[in-house]
Amino acid sequence: MNTLLKIENLHASVGEKEILRGIDLEIASGEIHAIMGPNGSGKSTLSAVLAGRETFTVTQGSVTYDGRDLLALSPEERAWAGIFLGFQYPVEIPGVSNVNFMKAAVNEQRRQRGLEPLGAAQFLKLMREKMAYVEMDSSFSGRGVNVGFSGGEKKRNEIFQMAMLEPRLAILDETDSGLDVDALRIVASGVNKLKRPDNAFIVITHYQRLLDYIVPDVIHVLYKGRIIRTAGKELALEIEKKGYDWLIHESE
Amino acid sequence: MKESEKIIADVTSGEYEHGFVTEVEQDFIPKGLNENIIRLISKKKEEPDWLLEFRLKAFRQWQKMKLPTWAHLDIPPIDFQDIVYYAAPKRPSARKEIDPEIEKTFDKLGIPLHERGVLSGTAVDAVFDSVSVKTTFSETLAEKGIIFCSFSEAVRNYPQLVRKYLATVVPSADNFYSALNSAVFSDGSFCYIPKGVRCPMELSSYFRINARGTGQFERTLIVADEGSYLSYLEGCTAPMRDESQLHAAVVEIIVEKDAEVKYSTVQNWYPGDAQGRGGIYNFVTKRGICKGSGSRLFWTQVETGSAITWKYPSTILKGDNSLSEFYSVAVTNNYQQADTGTKMIHIGRNTTSRIVSKGISAGHSQNSYRGLVKVLPAAAGARNHSQCDSLLLGDKCGAHTFPVIESDNPGATVEHEATTSKISEDQLFYCRQRGITEEEAIGLIVNGYAKEVLNKLPMEFAVEAQKLLQVSLEGSIG
Repeated sequence: MNTLLKIENLHASVGEKEILRGIDLEIASGEIHAIMGPNGSGKSTLSAVLAGRETFTVTQGSVTYDGRDLLALSPEERAWAGIFLGFQYPVEIPGVSNVNFMKAAVNEQRRQRGLEPLGAAQFLKLMREKMAYVEMDSSFSGRGVNVGFSGGEKKRNEIFQMAMLEPRLAILDETDSGLDVDALRIVASGVNKLKRPDNAFIVITHYQRLLDYIVPDVIHVLYKGRIIRTAGKELALEIEKKGYDWLIHESE
Repeated sequence: MKESEKIIADVTSGEYEHGFVTEVEQDFIPKGLNENIIRLISKKKEEPDWLLEFRLKAFRQWQKMKLPTWAHLDIPPIDFQDIVYYAAPKRPSARKEIDPEIEKTFDKLGIPLHERGVLSGTAVDAVFDSVSVKTTFSETLAEKGIIFCSFSEAVRNYPQLVRKYLATVVPSADNFYSALNSAVFSDGSFCYIPKGVRCPMELSSYFRINARGTGQFERTLIVADEGSYLSYLEGCTAPMRDESQLHAAVVEIIVEKDAEVKYSTVQNWYPGDAQGRGGIYNFVTKRGICKGSGSRLFWTQVETGSAITWKYPSTILKGDNSLSEFYSVAVTNNYQQADTGTKMIHIGRNTTSRIVSKGISAGHSQNSYRGLVKVLPAAAGARNHSQCDSLLLGDKCGAHTFPVIESDNPGATVEHEATTSKISEDQLFYCRQRGITEEEAIGLIVNGYAKEVLNKLPMEFAVEAQKLLQVSLEGSIG
């Protein structure tokens, strides 16, 4: 097994409040891991800590990504190393077009990896190709980043950005929330097209239905800042039927 | 320190790029201000009597005037007797038109003073301290009947035109600094576009302060005759010094029937250092008149420099159906102060004005928008729309808006919108997560915010302005 990410005894807090209380998790290249759990269990915190959000303080534990100490890197360094976070609430940036935003991101990442920036023609070709992954209309490229986008359009834009950046580890934070079935299908098919033996996904979700479209190798259930159960994909169906209470009960 | 503050601190510690000094032999007059000094300036310029009289009258008016104190600015006392009012580079020899050092200076600033190989299609009048050292493409333009020259040359060669228009839009006694300028102005640019002529290239003035202890007082007079078109650009820079220097200019624009003038400024005077030492005091009166029916005047300004800015490019909409727009981005960082905006005076019927002001404040700076929309009783069908946005970087800076609306015509439509926002940590984190560095992210967000105004600038200027916005804010988050 080729370990890409290894989380050991991770504790993280906001102010005085401890939210992650000892997470252990190991992900290999080529795998899809789903993280489920009731509201407030720490799912979004985990994704934010992995992406380097400074709102949270890591108080204990370690995260090793591709052999490096992930927690020592700034958010942009993590991005350059191939970590992508699909936001639960994508941010609006008025006046900055999607095309300029993506050009800045793609070319900075290329620069950091010692590659030449893409020329205008190459870049636009790449954009068109990747927009097709998520059935995005080309008119989106000229619009301000997420400005006036519907909930579904914002999420598709996240998957589009992921397709542009081709990360090695993508963390999708409740990408399915607020999506109708069509949007869900589009988002999931984008993820499936990007799956390769050398990358990995962490799919954070509250509901089982996304996992009808993205089939995980492993499911983890997070509760009160700890993983209380790790199992195969069949766990999702059980949760769908019985909810989380029985798992919580068993763990206590 | 919060993360966003740290980032702003990093991003706004940029260096001023044009702070060098040119070593050149200069002719100074003694410092101080009195009638003899004014006579001396006039004599040096070999001026006609009417102009000397104009100066002396303005000086006598100025002596009775008081410094304006209504702006939201904290201006240290200025000793007007401690300023040298005239400094001109000496000509190296009778044969050479211009000192090579000065030519090099402008080259370094990206302003070529020769015409060969210039592809950009911009003619320039270059003002170095108190004199215009070179005007390019004058002859090419003359073929179309366009007059583009230094103010001094215009006084010599086109006295009737100068007398006809001088101080008709900004009367000498309009305000303290316009009176001072009228008394001591030393040079500037003059431009006349004849009837029906579309000026084939951009015209520009570039102002450079070089000498220590001097002030720069120049005048620009632009006349666009009936049905003509002109796009005019103005730029400026100065050396880095610990003491402040005064720049008090007057710009007058006359737009006749169906003519159109676009006046774009990228103001990049030395802003002072991070502790607020030094920097230019930029106290400028700019005003245009849409004199004839259907005339149009567009102001676009990008203000990033100066320790203190006091400036309100304004339009008198006299002609029926005339139109004026004011687009402004004003950036203040460190200890800079800006009080800037516009006045739109609607006199004619169906006159329209539009104001878009974007203030960006960082560091310990103070940034104010001050605007007046005045609709006179005769201005039936007048319309104005104003939009004033403020963006704050950090929490030690201030943004203020002082919009005044005076409408004496019940049929007029006047609308005002204002917003204040901050660059959010969410926006920064989103950009950084995609691999965009902090500095680049701030540049991107700020440029996005200012886009509506930057889009109004001529292409080359817009690119420069974008870079300047980013540099001005370097190290600002803090």
